Parts: sequence; C-alpha cells; structure tokens
Amino acid sequence: MSRMNIRISGLGGQGAVTAAHLLAMAANKDGKFSISNPFFGAEKRMAPAESYARIGSERIYDRGELVYPDVIMIFHPQVITMQKSYTAPFYDGIKENGLVIINTTDDLLTDEDHKRLEDLNVAVLNHDATKLALEIGKTELSTNMAMIGACAGITKIVSLKALDGAIKDRFGKKYVASGGTATLDEAIKKKYAKKEMLLKANMDTITKSYEIATEWAEKQDLNLVTV
Amino acid sequence: MNKQVDLKGKRVIASKHVKLGQKNRKGQTYTDVNDIFYKAEQTPNFLTGSEVIKEAIRRASVGTSVAYPITPQSEAAALIGELYAEDYLDEYFRGESEFAVMGQCAGASFGGHRVFTTTAGPGTLRAMENFPMWAGSRLPIQVCVTCRGINSPLSIQPDTLEMHYLLETGMLVWHAETAQDLYDYILKGFIVAEQPDVHVPIAVCCDGFFVTHTKDTVDLSPEELCLTPYNPYESPVTCMDMEIAPYRMMRDPFVMKSNYINYSTHASWQQEIKAAVERSRKHTIALLDGLIDEHNSDREILIVTSGTAVSQSREAIRLLEEEGIKVGLVKIKTVRPFPYEEIKRATKHAKHIFVPEFNVAGWMAREIKSTIPDNERVYCGPHVAGGMTMPSEVIVEEIKTHLGIKTAQNSR
Repeated sequence: MSRMNIRISGLGGQGAVTAAHLLAMAANKDGKFSISNPFFGAEKRMAPAESYARIGSERIYDRGELVYPDVIMIFHPQVITMQKSYTAPFYDGIKENGLVIINTTDDLLTDEDHKRLEDLNVAVLNHDATKLALEIGKTELSTNMAMIGACAGITKIVSLKALDGAIKDRFGKKYVASGGTATLDEAIKKKYAKKEMLLKANMDTITKSYEIATEWAEKQDLNLVTV
Repeated sequence: MNKQVDLKGKRVIASKHVKLGQKNRKGQTYTDVNDIFYKAEQTPNFLTGSEVIKEAIRRASVGTSVAYPITPQSEAAALIGELYAEDYLDEYFRGESEFAVMGQCAGASFGGHRVFTTTAGPGTLRAMENFPMWAGSRLPIQVCVTCRGINSPLSIQPDTLEMHYLLETGMLVWHAETAQDLYDYILKGFIVAEQPDVHVPIAVCCDGFFVTHTKDTVDLSPEELCLTPYNPYESPVTCMDMEIAPYRMMRDPFVMKSNYINYSTHASWQQEIKAAVERSRKHTIALLDGLIDEHNSDREILIVTSGTAVSQSREAIRLLEEEGIKVGLVKIKTVRPFPYEEIKRATKHAKHIFVPEFNVAGWMAREIKSTIPDNERVYCGPHVAGGMTMPSEVIVEEIKTHLGIKTAQNSR
C-alpha cells in the first residue's frame, strides 16, 4: 500500500486544523483513503497547533500525532524560531526523500539543519504563503489556503477540483466548530459580501500557490512518495 | 416483552413499539434497529466524530439532552443543540456542572424520556457520584464519554484512565474504536440498555480527538429512519414513587440504618445490577456481532485491546507482517459486560499477549490477566499516558524487544 503522511505545524488561529481537514476531504473526494486530526493544547491564538493528514491507497487505521511524516508544512516562522512545535527540531522524524514547506521569506534553517535534511534527501521550499494570501485572498487568514495549494502543487496528492469541492463543503455549508474556530470563520466571512466570494478568493489563492509550487517542483530532483 | 427473530443468521431483538412504522414530527419513520442497520442502505460520509454523534442522535428519538462544555465533547454537545433548534429533541439545556447535568439527566429519565448526554475527562469524574445512582435506579441513560486526561497537569488529549473508574458503576461500558463504531454503538446502545431485563445506563466511550476530532469515512443509515421511542412502561421498576421500592429504599429508616436488613437489601440490589449488566450480553452479541472481534487469533503472538489502541495495532500488525512477523488481533468492544469467555477462548493458543493502552495504569491488561489461565503470557504495554500518541512504530518496537528481536533502537 502507498501512503503519504502530512504533518502541519502552525499557530492557533492560522487554520492548520482546517488545512488538514481540507486535504483529507479532498483526498476522499479523489477516491483515496484519508484521515485527518488536530493536536493542540489550550485553544488560543498564537499557541502551537498541529494537525495531521494521512492519505493512502488502502484503509488507514492509525491516527494521532504523526511521528514519521513524509511532508511537513510550517505555517508560521515562530514554529521554528521560537520552537512552537511539538517536536524539536520541527523536522524530527521526517522520512527520507521527504518535503518541507515553510511559510517564510527568509531561510530560517541553520547549517546543521540544512545538512541533516540534505542527508535525508529532503527538499525544502521557502514559500511566502502569507504574501499570496494578502494579495489574492485579501486577508492573512487565507495563509492556510496558500499552503494547501503549495502542498498539492508539489505532491499532486489531491486535485484542484477536489480541493474546490472540499472548500465548498467546509465554508459553503453551516459548520459547527469550537468557539475559537467559529469566531475566525465569522471574521473571514464578514470580509466578503457574499459567501461565493469567499469561496472564490480561497480557491484563487490555492490555485496561484499551486502553480508557483508546481513550477518549483519541476526544477527539483524530487523522489516523493505517490499515492 | 421482545420477541426473538432471525435475520442474516443473527438472533436479534425486534421492536414491538406501538409507534413502529409511524412518522414523527420531523417526518422520520420509527423503525426497528435491525431494519435501520441491516436492511436500509448505508451511505458513506466523511465526518468528524463530533458530527457523527450528531447524526446518531438525529436518528435516536432522544427526548432530553443536557449539555455542559468540556473539551473534547463540547462540539458534539453544541451540535446536539443544533438538532434541538431543528426540533429533533423535546428538551435541551445547559447544566451548571457535570454533576448537575447527570442529576438533570436522571430527572428526565425518571420522567420517562430517552436521555443522552456527553462528557469527558475531569467532567466524567466530577459527575461520578451520579453513575451508580443511575444504575441503582435502573435508568437507561446514555452518556457518551470522549476520554481525555484526568490528572494534573492538565491535558485535553485522550487518556482512557477515566474508563477504569466507570467499570464498577453498574453501567454498561462500551469502547468505540472509530467514528463508525461510535455511530453504531450510540444507536444500538439505547436499544440494549433499554431492554426490560437490562435497563441500566450505558457509557459509550471513545478516545477524544482521535475519534471526536478526526475526519474519517462513516457509513450512515438513512436520515428518514429513526429508532422507535423509549417505552418507560417496559421499565422493570416502577416509575419514581417514593412509596415503592427501589426508591423507597432511599428514604426508609430501616434501610438507612446499619443493620442486616440494610446490608442484605443493598447486597441483593447490587447483585441484581451486576446480573442485569451480564444479561445484556445476549442482546449485545446480536446487535454488535459479538463482544469481541478477532483477526487471526490462532496466532502465537496476539494483541488484545480496545479503542484507538486497536487502530494503532492494526497498523503495527501491517508493519510487522512486512517483516514476516505474524501477529493476530482481538478487539474488545464491550468492557462491561467484560468478554471473559470470549477472551479466554480467543487467547487459547497465544504464547505472547500484548495489551497496548492509552493510560498509565494498564487496567485493561489487569482485566485480561484476571480472566485467562497462564497469565504470565500477558505483556502490559506499550503504554502512553496524558494524551500522548501511540505511534504504530512504538508498538512494533515493544513487541520485537519483548520477543528478543534486535532493532536499531534496542541494540543502541
């Protein structure tokens, strides 16, 4: 069986949990097996928050914290610079030929980090997801969309069509979440006159990010797992 | 009384409720539980465990639900509020604490409603006094326990220690592995708990977050079908009346004194509650297809456990199989009644029995050890606690180390 394990480390309020759910929902729509779950402590903005999406060709049983991921996404520089992550270093456990996508403009890794990741043939993309979110989604709350787009662009683990469907399911219908998530959902909905505009802005952010990442991936010598 | 019918080779209970086949105010048809699960088409959905609780309650003809927020059950409790707003429930309100909630549930159940509530971790412990009270009063209330850490320092992540506290309350205690189990157990749990020869409360437990907050594929029965309602007139004890036993016991001077009448009254009633839990076996076996599930249980190495630990073990077995190590699995679905005979039989050929658990106490391993002969075969572990994840790789490592197989880690 083939399997891709995706670990997302972010800060509370950035939509890391939503991102894992969307990837899993999209994989499900693409006919793959998937499971996603969050992991966090007290629910507050800027506190460490992780989520995990497991996508495979056969039924997946295991759940909980992903100790050995193929793909790691870092939604905020503070995950690295202030060690707001459940593992130290943040890439601990990454598998050979893995992928790390970091939402940053600058290289945040030390020489030792680079060496260790190179030894494992892990590719690293520094991706300015927040800038894309502000430009296209018109809000930094769309950062998670840009990160999902990058992940899909490089790994092709889910299709854009399936992501579009997942976004419609998540934001187009009534959704009851925890208090914090509900507040942020309301905040982002208020930024748009109509729900359709929110859905479109999210999808545009994903698509643009997908294209940038695809272009980057074509220039790399990647040997990622496929599902 | 219920008649026995044969369906798909299983002996199951068929509802004879007067409303069977009629429609409720939401247009749902009151349907026998067997028809809901075994005749109607089940449709796959991709949902979180919390959403699955909502969908089960939508189809459960619940009268009253009482809510109190505590992670990780808060979303489920809020979603049941949505159902109330949509008129699926008669009563829904918020208690002042878990202790109050369980008391309010008792009131609603005494009054003849089907009652459902949810709690977790410290909430379960705060409410604890009420659980044996429910059982002693023969109230078939269902509480969904979304397990989380109970100790200080605080943890909101799953830890199954709270289930251990429930074992001798006189409740049925079932442990769901997945959101699918949770859906099935909630609906089937009402039916088993409400049988006249059972009629005790039920705790449907799942591991918080790993089930409640995890999105997974779940087959749901049609929304148009709901369980037949609870029939309070089938209760084996009278409606609450302080002049008639068992409630009279609560106020009568002769039982409130320390004397032999008191002792024997309590002893016989406690035995009756225990017997009622045991009598639930036949109904549970029919509806859950046995108290345990077995996969290759004739193998020499076995994993025996419940809840998410089963899921992690399934993956571990897959990993071990790749290395040529063959391991069987026994999944325990009901912890009360405990499947003594089933486990004894299933572990007959095993030389090594591993019991991975999401708690530091290892209570499940103790239960198994007290059940089977040659219990030195039981290896208590691996354990995680306080909400830690149990990666499948950890199970693999511990099994190999115990069997004396060298690994990169244990030969360091």
